[in-house]
Amino acid sequence: MAEFKEISPNAPLGAKVGNWFNNRFPTAFAEYRKHMSEYYAPKNFNFWYFFGSLALLVLVIQIVTGIFLVMHYKPDAAKAFESVEYIMRDVPGGWFIRYMHSTGASAFFVVVYLHMFRGMLYGSYRKPRELVWIFGCAIFLCLMAEAFMGYLLPWGQMSYWGAQVIVNLFSAIPFIGPDLALLIRGDYVVGDATLNRFFSFHVIAVPLVLIGLVVAHLLALHDVGSNNPDGIEIKKGPKGNRWSPDAPTDGIPFHPYYSVHDIVGVCVFLMVYFAIVFFAPEVGGYFLEFNNFIPADPLVTPSHIAPVWYFTAYYSMLRATTDLMVNVLCVIIALGVVLAFLKCKCSTVMKGGLAVIGLVAIALLKTFDAKFWGVVVMGGAVILLFFLPWLDRSPARSIRYRPDWHKWLYAVFVIWFMLLMVLGIMVPGPIFSHPSLSWFTNELVAMIGTLFYFGFFLLMPWWSQLGTPKPVPERVTFKPH
Amino acid sequence: MKVWKKLVFSLALVLGLSGGAQAATGGIAWDKAPVNTTDLASLQNGAKLFVNYCLNCHSAAFMRYNRLQDIGLSELQIKDNLLFTTEKVGDTMKSAIDPRQAKAWFGANPPDLTLIARSRAGAGGSGADYLYTLLRSYYRDPSKPTGWNNLAFANIGMPHPLWQLQGERRPVFETQESHGHEVQAFTGRWEQGTAGTMTPLQYDQAVGDLVNYLQWMGEPTQNKRVKIGVWVLLFLLLCTIIAWRLNAAYWKDVK
Repeated sequence: MAEFKEISPNAPLGAKVGNWFNNRFPTAFAEYRKHMSEYYAPKNFNFWYFFGSLALLVLVIQIVTGIFLVMHYKPDAAKAFESVEYIMRDVPGGWFIRYMHSTGASAFFVVVYLHMFRGMLYGSYRKPRELVWIFGCAIFLCLMAEAFMGYLLPWGQMSYWGAQVIVNLFSAIPFIGPDLALLIRGDYVVGDATLNRFFSFHVIAVPLVLIGLVVAHLLALHDVGSNNPDGIEIKKGPKGNRWSPDAPTDGIPFHPYYSVHDIVGVCVFLMVYFAIVFFAPEVGGYFLEFNNFIPADPLVTPSHIAPVWYFTAYYSMLRATTDLMVNVLCVIIALGVVLAFLKCKCSTVMKGGLAVIGLVAIALLKTFDAKFWGVVVMGGAVILLFFLPWLDRSPARSIRYRPDWHKWLYAVFVIWFMLLMVLGIMVPGPIFSHPSLSWFTNELVAMIGTLFYFGFFLLMPWWSQLGTPKPVPERVTFKPH
Repeated sequence: MKVWKKLVFSLALVLGLSGGAQAATGGIAWDKAPVNTTDLASLQNGAKLFVNYCLNCHSAAFMRYNRLQDIGLSELQIKDNLLFTTEKVGDTMKSAIDPRQAKAWFGANPPDLTLIARSRAGAGGSGADYLYTLLRSYYRDPSKPTGWNNLAFANIGMPHPLWQLQGERRPVFETQESHGHEVQAFTGRWEQGTAGTMTPLQYDQAVGDLVNYLQWMGEPTQNKRVKIGVWVLLFLLLCTIIAWRLNAAYWKDVK
C-alpha cells in the first residue's frame, strides 16, 4: 500500500481533493498514468491509426443507444415489428436513437475493417503483438455474432429470412447439424423462441464478452506497446524524451497528444456518421434493407435474400462453394501432394504422411455435401485471420519496406475482397443477360475470389519471404507539423 | 501511399455504380414521382385521397390520425373531415375490411400501407416512384377476376381504386425484335377509353399528391430529421475546426 500523503492546509482546493482520492484510491491514478499520460506511443502515427479509437467510440454509441432502444422494444414475434415503428413514431427522439443504432452497426464494420487492414499494412500482428491481434480477431467474430442476432430483432422480412438461411447453414454440419440448428432456433422454424434468445444474446451475452475482449485487446496492447507505420520497435531505439528519461525517444504521451489528435478523427467521423443518420439513414438499402420494412411473414419467402453489406464478402464465399469448387479443391490438394513429392526436401515418411493427409482430405471433400464445405469455407475465412502472425514471414514488418510488388498484391487482395462483397449483394446466377455468357456466373467469379483469398493467406509463408526488402531506418520517419 | 488512395476511390466508384441492394420487381420502368414532403398542400390533398380511396381496404396501422397535425391540419379539421365512424383522433388508421372477406375477394389481404413507400424501393427507383407508376398503369383486362390488370404489377389482385378519377385506358404495344424473337413491347403511350372525372394531367397530379403523402407517412419525422441534421453538421464542423487547431497547438512542439 502506498504511503499516506499529507498535504499543506494552504494547498489549493483541487490539490487537496486530488490528494484525498490519491490516498484512498491510488490504483485509479496509477492506471491513468499507465494507460494515458505515461503511455508512450510512437509519434509517427498516420491516418490509419484513427480507427482504433473510433471503434471504441462506436462501441459506446451502440451500447448507449441500445440501452434506450431496449426501454421501448418488445422482444415478441407478435409485437417486435410494431414496437420498432412505435420507437420511430411515438417515442420522442426514438427515430434518432434507432437510426444511430442502425447506422452504428454499419459504421462499426467500416471502422473495424479499416482497423484490421491497418494491422495488415504495417505488420501490427507480428511478434510480440500476436495476442493483441488474436483478441482483435475474437472481437471481430463477436461483432459478427452481435450484428447477426441484432438484425433479427426488427422482425422484418429480411430479419426473418436472413436468420432462417444462416441458421439453416448449421444444419449442414454432419451428424450434429440438425440438432444444433434446432438448439439455436429453439423451434423448427425461426419464431418467437428464436427472437427471445437472440435478444438475450444480443443485449447481454455477446456485449459482455465483447467488452471483456476490448479490455484484453487494450491491456495487451499497452503491455507490448503500439506498432507504427514504419514497423520499428521504438522501445529498441534511444531512450529519454522530455517527459521521462526512461521512455523511448520516439514515443510521446498518449494523453494529451493522441487524445487531442483522436478528437479530430472523432469530429470528422461524426460528421460522416451524422450525415448518414440525418440525411440518408437507409443508404440506398445498404444499411437498412427495403424489404425489412415489411413485417416478417413465414409464408412468403422474398425473391432475393441478401445479408447486409458487411457480411456479403463471406456470404459470397459460401455461395461460391459449389460441387465445382469442391472438385477444384480436390485437384489443388492433389497437385500440392505431387509438388511435395517433387520439391520437398523431407523424408519419405513425411512425404507419405502428406499423401495420406491429402487422400483423406479429398475423400472427406467428396463424402460430405458442398453446402457443408461452404459453411467451412465461410467460417474458415474468418478463423484464418487468427493465424496471420505465423503466416507472415516477411523480413520487413511494414509494407513501406517490403518489395514494391507486395503493395500490388495487397491492392489485388483488397480489390478481390470488395468484389466478393459486391457479388454477395448481387443475385446469384449469370452476371450478363446474353445467352452466350450464361456460363459466366456470380458463383464462378466468387470462386476465383475465394481461392485468391485463401491462397493469399495460406501461401503467405512462402510469398512473404520473396523479394528484397528495402532498408529499414533506425528511427521512425516523422515530419514535425 | 498514392496507390491506396486511388484504390479507395475506384472501389467507392464500383460500389456506387452497382446500384440498389434489391433487384427490380419486374414490369415496366418506373416514372419519377413528384415527391416533395415539405409541400403541405400536396400532403393534405394526398391525406384526403388516402382516407377516401385507400383506407377502406388498406390499414396504416402504425400511423395515428393526430400525427396529421405535422402536415398542417388541426385536430378539429382531422376530426371533421377524416374520421368517419367511431375512431378517436389518437387512434391509428385501421381499415374496416374483414380480413377473411378480403382474402376471398382479392386472393390476398391488402397489405398495410404505413411503410409501403419505404418497403417498395428497389433498383428501379424509390418506393414512391413505384407507387406513382403502379397507380398510373391500370388497364381493363376482362380475363382477370376483377376486370383490371396492371403493367407495373402483372395480375395484381387490387382492382383500379381510382378508376372513377382516371377513367379507362389502354396501353399501346408495338412488335419488337429481341434476341431473334418477336415480342410485344409497351411503347410508353396510352389511349384513353372512357373518360374519368379528371383530365390526365389532373389525375397525375392527384396520384402525385397521394404518393407524396405515402412517402411522408412512411417516416413522418423525415422533414424534422433533415432540418435538425443541418444544424448538427454545422455544429460538428465548428467542433472539427476547433479540434484541428487545438491538435495543431499541442503538436507544435513535437519535433
